[in-house]
Amino acid sequence: MHRYEVMFIIRPDLPEEEIEKLVSQMEGYVAAAGGKIEKTEKMGRRKLAYRISRQRDGFYVLLILEGVPGTVVELERRLRVTDTVLKFITIRTDEEQKRGAKLAQIREKKAARRKAGPAHSPAPAAEASQQA
Amino acid sequence: MPPGRRPSKPENRPSRGGAAGPSSPGGRRPYFRRRKVCKFCEEKIDSIDYKEAKLLGQFISERGKILPRRLTGTCSSHQHLLAVAIKRARNIALLPFATAV
Repeated sequence: MHRYEVMFIIRPDLPEEEIEKLVSQMEGYVAAAGGKIEKTEKMGRRKLAYRISRQRDGFYVLLILEGVPGTVVELERRLRVTDTVLKFITIRTDEEQKRGAKLAQIREKKAARRKAGPAHSPAPAAEASQQA
Repeated sequence: MPPGRRPSKPENRPSRGGAAGPSSPGGRRPYFRRRKVCKFCEEKIDSIDYKEAKLLGQFISERGKILPRRLTGTCSSHQHLLAVAIKRARNIALLPFATAV
C-alpha cells in the first residue's frame, strides 16, 4: 500500500451539488479499486495561474488516499474521461514522509546530544567540590 | 599607451564580484554582502509542499522562472526539493509556467 495525493480541478461553472456528486463518485471509484480514502479536502474555487480550456478559475479538490498502484491508475482513467475535470495531478507521498521522519529523528538525536554534552561536564565538577 | 585614468573598458566587463548580486554595476557604491541563509534550513522544513503556492511564489521571478540559488541563498538540497515542488505546482495551475510582461 502506498500513499497518494490526487489533486484535481473541476470546472467552476458546475453547480455545487454536481461538484458534490462528482467528488463522492470519485471516492467511490477509489473504494471500488481497492483503495482507502483518508481525507477529502475541497479547497474551493481559486484562480488558475493560466487558462485551462478557456477557464480562468477552477474548483480544487484534494484526495489523500492509500492504495495499490492499480487504484490510482483507475482513478486517473476516470478523471481523464470526465469532461468537467480540467486537470489532475497524482503524487506519491509515502516515501517523502518516510524521509521527513528520518530527518526529524536525526535532528532530535543531535539536539539531545547537544543538550547532554554541556550538562554532563559541569555536573561531575559540582559533585567533586561538594565531596571535598 | 593608455593614460593614467582607465578608459571606459571596465564598464562592459563583468567584475568578479558581479555574480554575487544583481545590484553591483561596476562597484560604484560600497556593497554590503549579507550572508544569505537557506530559508528552509532555518525553519527546519524537511519537505517542500507543492500546495503552498504562497511560499513557492517567493522563489520564482516575475516571469515565473525559478530563481537561482545565488539570489535566494537556498541550500543545494532544498533548492532541489523546491524545484520539484514548483514544477508540480505549475502542473496543477497553482503557479504560472510563464507570465506575459
